[in-house]
Amino acid sequence: MSILIIGAGPAGTRAAEVLVSAGLRPIVIDEAPENGGRIYQRQPAGFRRDPRTLYGFEAAKARAIHDVFDQLRPSIDFRPRTLAWNLRQGVIDTICDGKASAVPFAQTILCTGAMDRAVPLPGWTLPGVFTLGGSQIALKAQGCAIGAKVAFLGTGPLLYLVAYQYARAGAQVTAVLDTTPFAVKAAQAFGLMRGGATFAKGLYYIAWLRARGIRIAEGVTPLAIEGSDRVELVSWRDARGTNHEAAVDAVAIGFGLKPEAQLADLAGVPFDFDPVQHNWVPRKDPSGRTSVGGVFLAGDGGGIRGADLAEAAGARAAWAVLAARGLAADARAVARLDATLAAGASFRAALERAFPFPAKLAADMADETILCRCEVITAGELRAAANEALATLSPSEVNRAKALTRVGMGRCQGRVCGAAAAEVLAAALSCPAEQVGRLRGQPPVKPIPILPAEAA
Amino acid sequence: MRLQRLAETDRAAVSFVLDGTPVAALEGDSLLTAILAHDGYLRVSEFGDGLRAGFCLMGACQDCWVNVEGGGRVRACTTPLTGGMRVSRRIVQP
Amino acid sequence: MSATSTDVLIVGGGGAGCSTALHLAKRGARCILLERGQIGGQASGVNYGGVRQQGRHPAELPLARRARDIWAKLPKLIGTDCEFEVTGHLKLARNQAEEADLIAYLDVAKANGLPLIMIGGNVIHQQYPWLGPDVVAGSFAPDDGAANPRLLSPALARAARDAGADIRQFTPVSHLAHDGTQFVVTSGEHEFRARYLVNTAGYWGGAVARAFGEQVPVSPLSPNMLVTEPLPYFIAPNLGVVGGDVYLRQIRRGNVIFGGGRGQSDPDVPSSRPSPEASAAVMAKALQLVPQLAGAQVIRSWTGIDGEMPDQIPVIGLSRTTPDLFHAFGFSGHGFQLGPAVGAIMSELVLDRHTDVPLEPFRIDRFAADQSFNQQGQRHDASHHA
Repeated sequence: MSILIIGAGPAGTRAAEVLVSAGLRPIVIDEAPENGGRIYQRQPAGFRRDPRTLYGFEAAKARAIHDVFDQLRPSIDFRPRTLAWNLRQGVIDTICDGKASAVPFAQTILCTGAMDRAVPLPGWTLPGVFTLGGSQIALKAQGCAIGAKVAFLGTGPLLYLVAYQYARAGAQVTAVLDTTPFAVKAAQAFGLMRGGATFAKGLYYIAWLRARGIRIAEGVTPLAIEGSDRVELVSWRDARGTNHEAAVDAVAIGFGLKPEAQLADLAGVPFDFDPVQHNWVPRKDPSGRTSVGGVFLAGDGGGIRGADLAEAAGARAAWAVLAARGLAADARAVARLDATLAAGASFRAALERAFPFPAKLAADMADETILCRCEVITAGELRAAANEALATLSPSEVNRAKALTRVGMGRCQGRVCGAAAAEVLAAALSCPAEQVGRLRGQPPVKPIPILPAEAA
Repeated sequence: MRLQRLAETDRAAVSFVLDGTPVAALEGDSLLTAILAHDGYLRVSEFGDGLRAGFCLMGACQDCWVNVEGGGRVRACTTPLTGGMRVSRRIVQP
Repeated sequence: MSATSTDVLIVGGGGAGCSTALHLAKRGARCILLERGQIGGQASGVNYGGVRQQGRHPAELPLARRARDIWAKLPKLIGTDCEFEVTGHLKLARNQAEEADLIAYLDVAKANGLPLIMIGGNVIHQQYPWLGPDVVAGSFAPDDGAANPRLLSPALARAARDAGADIRQFTPVSHLAHDGTQFVVTSGEHEFRARYLVNTAGYWGGAVARAFGEQVPVSPLSPNMLVTEPLPYFIAPNLGVVGGDVYLRQIRRGNVIFGGGRGQSDPDVPSSRPSPEASAAVMAKALQLVPQLAGAQVIRSWTGIDGEMPDQIPVIGLSRTTPDLFHAFGFSGHGFQLGPAVGAIMSELVLDRHTDVPLEPFRIDRFAADQSFNQQGQRHDASHHA
C-alpha cells in the first residue's frame, strides 16, 4: 500500500528522502508545476537568476532542497499540477489536468504548508493589495514588484524580510508599518537570541532599511487603504495617536501565517487553539503522528514553525511512518531530529510572542469593512447576525454565523477571512475567540471543475 | 497599480489576447503577472464592489479566477502564460 | 435532579419542531423545544432548499398545498421570506418512459388543485435553450420555487421564542417515558415534564418512537449536494428529473446548487460527509441537463442526516401506544417544503385533537399493519429535494 506525501516543499522533500533511503517509493503530490513549495519555489523556465539573488541568506538551503529532490525523482512517483481536494478513510481524491483520481494510501504525510493571515481593513479588496507572502512570490518567482510605490503593513518577521528584499531588488519601499509595538518585541529579546542566526538576520533587515532612510513605524493602527478601482493611499495612526498617510500604489499586508490544514481537518484530526497566534492547529505528537490512523503531519501545515524545522519535521514524520509499517528506525537520526525540533520550539515560541496576532484590530474593524472578500459580506452583517444569535439562540459559533451570513462561504471557503471572522464574532458575543470555534473543512478544499463522466 | 518588472526583463517575448486586445508579455510569466504588468485588474467582483487583482499569489485565496477561451475557468496566479492565450476578465456566461 | 414543567414538549429542532413550537405558542400553549445540537443542524438546515409540490406522493399533496400557503405568508409569520422565490419547478424527462410518467402525474396534480403545465420537446428547448439535448419534455409547476434552508429553522425558532416558546439548543435527550400522568424527558441532570409530547426528531424520531414501544423502519438518509462559484444568472426554474437522480437550481447571487445520490453518515456521532463518487456521478448528470456548466468550479459539497421511510413518505400523527404522543418524522429527504405546515398541523392535533389535512397515509403502524399500503399510490419521486 502506498505512502502519499502531500506537498513537495521542504517538509515533503525531506520526508521523501527518508522513505526512499528505506527502499520505499512514495507518491509525492503538489499543486505546483515544480517542487520547492512556496518558500523555495523554483522559477519558471526562461528565468536565470542565481539562488543567491533569489533566496538571499537561504540560498544554500534552497539549493540543497532542490538538489535532494532532483536526485529523488527517479525513486519517487512525483505528481505535480495535482490538487488533493479530499481526504477520507485511506483515500485521497485528486484532480490533475481535468482528470480525477482516487489514490489509496496506507500512510500519508500532509505537508500542506501555510498561508498569510490577513486582518481585513477598509480597502483591502482593491487591486494593488496583496499578501506579504504573495508580494514575495511576485518578486522571487516572477521578478516583479507588486507596484511602483509599496507600503508593507502588518506584523511578523516576514514584514521586514520582504520589505528588505523589495528594496534590494530596486523597488520603492514607501513605508514599513508594523502593528506590534517595539516593547512587545523587546520583551522577547532573550528568547529570540536563542534563534541565533534567524534573530540576527531579522535585526539586520531592520537596520538595513533604516540606514536607507525607509520609514519604519512600530505600534501602528492601520486605518484604511483608499483609492477608486486601485490603491492610491494608505493611512494609519501612530503609537502616539497621530494620523498619517502615504501615497502608494500597492500595499503588502500580512499578520503572521496560518496552517493550510484543510486536509487534516477532513481526515478528522482534532485541532487545538493557539492562544498567542490565535491559530487552530491540528494535533500531533512530536513525531508528527496524529490520532487518525495513517495520517501524519509535517511542516507549517501542522503548526507554524518555519522552513528549517519543516525539513526536520518532514524527516521525523517519515521515520514515524516507517515505524508504523514495522520497519526499523535509525535511532541516532531520530534522536538528532527530535533534538532539532525541541530546540527550535523555544525560539519559535518567543518569535510568536514577539509578533502576536492583533486580535483586537480584527475584533474592532469598522462595520462597513468587507470581512469576507469572496462573498462581500461586511463585519456589520456578521455582528448583526451575532446580535440576533444572542437574542434568540445563544450560544453561537462560526459555522452557524457562516450559515446565516455567508461569511466564509465563497471560493476560498473561509481561508482568508475565517480567523478575523472568529474575532469579530467572539467580540460581538463577548466571549474568547476560542469559544466560537473554527470553520469546518468541507470538500473540495479548493475549487474543482464540474467534470463529465469520462473524467472521473 | 501595475506589477513592476525589476529583473529578468530580457526573457523572450510572448503575446496573448486580453479582452480582445493583443498584449505583450514575457516567457515564464504567470497569467496573473502577464495581465497585471499590463493593466491593473484581473476580474470584476460578482457582488458589485468593483475590481479585483488577486491577493495571495499562491493559489489559496481564489481571488484571481479568469476565463481562458478553450481552457475554461483558471486561477491566474497558478496558470503559466502560453502564447496566443485568449483571456477574458469579464464575467462570462458559462 | 431539577425539573421543569410545561404543557407540550417538542423533541427535535428542525423545521417541523420549530414550526410546531411557533404555532403552539401563538395559540397560547406553553411549550419547550429540546434540540440536541443547533436549531436546523441536520436535514432542515443543510438540504437543497427546494420548495416543491410537483412530483410528490399524492398523499403528501394536501400537506404540501397547505405548506405552500404558509410559505407565501412567511414574512408576516416570522419576519423573513427566507429567500423564498417562486421560480417555478421544471421537472424534466430524459426519455419516453419518463415523459409518460410526467403525463400520468397531471391527473394527480389536477385532483389536488396543483397547476402544472406540460411542455413538449420542441417548445422546451426554445423556452430553455440551455437545456441539454437529452431532455425530451418537462412539466412546469409555476407555484413552486426554492428558499435558503439555512434560514428557515432559525427564523421559525426565533418567532416561536418571541411568541413565548422556550427553545433549548444543546439539550440532548437521554431518556423518555410516560409516568402514567405525564411525559418525563431527561436531559443530563434535568427533567422536563409535560402532558403532551411531540416527536419531530428526524431520523432520531425512530428512537423516540421506540422509547414508547413503536417500532418504525426509519433509516438514515444523507443527500449528496454541491455548489458552484457564482455564475451569471441564467437558470431561473428549480430543476428536477423523473426518478430524482439529479436536482439543480441557481440562486440570484449566481451559485448553482445541485445534488443527487447519497453521502455517508453515522447518526450515532452524529456525523456525515459527502461522497466523492456520488459527487462525480451527479456532476455528469448535471452536465447532461445543462451542458454549459462544464468547467464551472464547484466550491463546496455537503450532506446531512434525514430519516428515510421505506415508502418515502413521513410518519405524521398520533401514537398508537401512548395517548398524547404525536409524531412527525421520517420526511425522507423532502420535508423542507412541508415544515411550515407540519407545525400548524401538529398544533391542531395537540390542541384540537383534529386537523383537516388527511393523515391516514402517514400513520405510524402502517408497516406492521398492512405491507401493501402505499403500493396503491401513484409512482412518485424518490428524489431528495426537500
